[in-house]
Amino acid sequence: MQLDIKEVEELSKTLYIRALKLLPNDIKQGFERLLMEETNATGKTILGTMVENIAVAERTKNLLCQDTGIPIYNITIGRHVEFDGAAMKEAIRRGCERATKEHPLRSSVVHPVTRKNEQTSCGAGIPVIHVDFDEREETVEIEMIPKGSGSENGSFLQMLIPADGVAAVKRFVIDKVIECGGRVCPPTIVGVGVGGTSDLCMHLAKIAATRPLGTTCADPEGAKIEAQLSEAVNQLGIGPQGLGGRATSFRVHVEVAATHITMNPVAVNIQCHSARRANAIITPGGIAFE
Amino acid sequence: MTHHVLDMPVNEQQARALHAGDTLTLNQTLFGIRDATLIEMFDRGRTTRFNLKGHAVLHTAPNVRKVDPRPGNSSGYEPLCIGTTTSMRMERFTKPLMQRDGVRLIIGKGGMGPATLEAFKEFGGAYLAVVGGAAALETTWIDTIEEVDMDDLHPESLWKFRIKDFGPLLVTMDSHGQSLHADVNAEAASRRAAVLAGIGST
Repeated sequence: MQLDIKEVEELSKTLYIRALKLLPNDIKQGFERLLMEETNATGKTILGTMVENIAVAERTKNLLCQDTGIPIYNITIGRHVEFDGAAMKEAIRRGCERATKEHPLRSSVVHPVTRKNEQTSCGAGIPVIHVDFDEREETVEIEMIPKGSGSENGSFLQMLIPADGVAAVKRFVIDKVIECGGRVCPPTIVGVGVGGTSDLCMHLAKIAATRPLGTTCADPEGAKIEAQLSEAVNQLGIGPQGLGGRATSFRVHVEVAATHITMNPVAVNIQCHSARRANAIITPGGIAFE
Repeated sequence: MTHHVLDMPVNEQQARALHAGDTLTLNQTLFGIRDATLIEMFDRGRTTRFNLKGHAVLHTAPNVRKVDPRPGNSSGYEPLCIGTTTSMRMERFTKPLMQRDGVRLIIGKGGMGPATLEAFKEFGGAYLAVVGGAAALETTWIDTIEEVDMDDLHPESLWKFRIKDFGPLLVTMDSHGQSLHADVNAEAASRRAAVLAGIGST
């Protein structure tokens, strides 16, 4: 299969807008579960408002949240796909820029020092583009994540040491969830990276934070920590918007990588309740949206 | 727990009548402000042509569409999606905003800290919590964008919105020293040890 660059540009535009407007089904189902489990009256009211907002956004074809986020594109390329990589990255950037201008969307991206906003949602190194490969025959998957800043500011890395053990990894996560309180727009998905190098650890946390609800860490030890922490964070009483209740998080997600004999890194990256993402799969048969 | 309906602007007495746990709905005028606007106003000494006295400011930077200016809407923008950003980043600006510009009410999400609570006590004000991330809904409470100032900071301009039945909002910080955010944070801190013990991380 030859990857059509024009198609990539169009999809990059469409997926940005689609992600901002339609919440994935697993998150909607997550809200239903949290509503059933919530006992705090304020928490229940707030969750109800969030669910109402999802319906209003669909009905009025509006964005779910004002924060158009930092645009992230995850590209996964299968086997026997011919493509021009540099042209593909350019096309993604053009699509992102066109979504911003043509919809229009608020450009939330600025130069880190001058704070100048180019009004394109793009800048040096932005959109973030990750390219990976998998086994699927003649398949390209594009996933778009508009990562909201309220929860992205809830990002932390600690280079623990082996003597600290897994106990310190779990303590770090609980302490960061307490520290963030209502600022990260709970109920959240708490993404946790365990192991790797410092940068890989942080990246694992992002993968974990943006993984669909209902999925489990492939590593059995990671899955164990995931189950323990998911129960634990909802015993803290932080609740929806940090105003009290059970529903602090939909779930804690953990991703692991091997690490160095001297290292024990842990990272946290939080996803707010507006857990937006959209993806499309390109095959010789056409384009399918999730 | 009282529900208040307020036409903006309000006076000190009206602001001090608000108690944590009360709910309220606002009408008339609301100003939108955030990081860059506040940095410009208080770190670089820029003043606005708007009179903010007695008003409420919303921590926001909206999604807008350019339109032709018309009477009652000279801004040249129409609202597309207007929501609320995390307030805590703007903690150090509450006091000068109240002291210099006479702002009474702060609308935001996630709550603010001790400096803000102190300013509310000193000048008479309150923090009103919106459900963050519910911007499609919040947009339906906004009629028009009447005017805009400091638009060189776009989208972090100083926005003047015409609102109708904006809310319900929850008073989470008042002028009597109460903060529901601080209460919940203290509760979470008190549960920490037991939660850690439960997962073998004492």
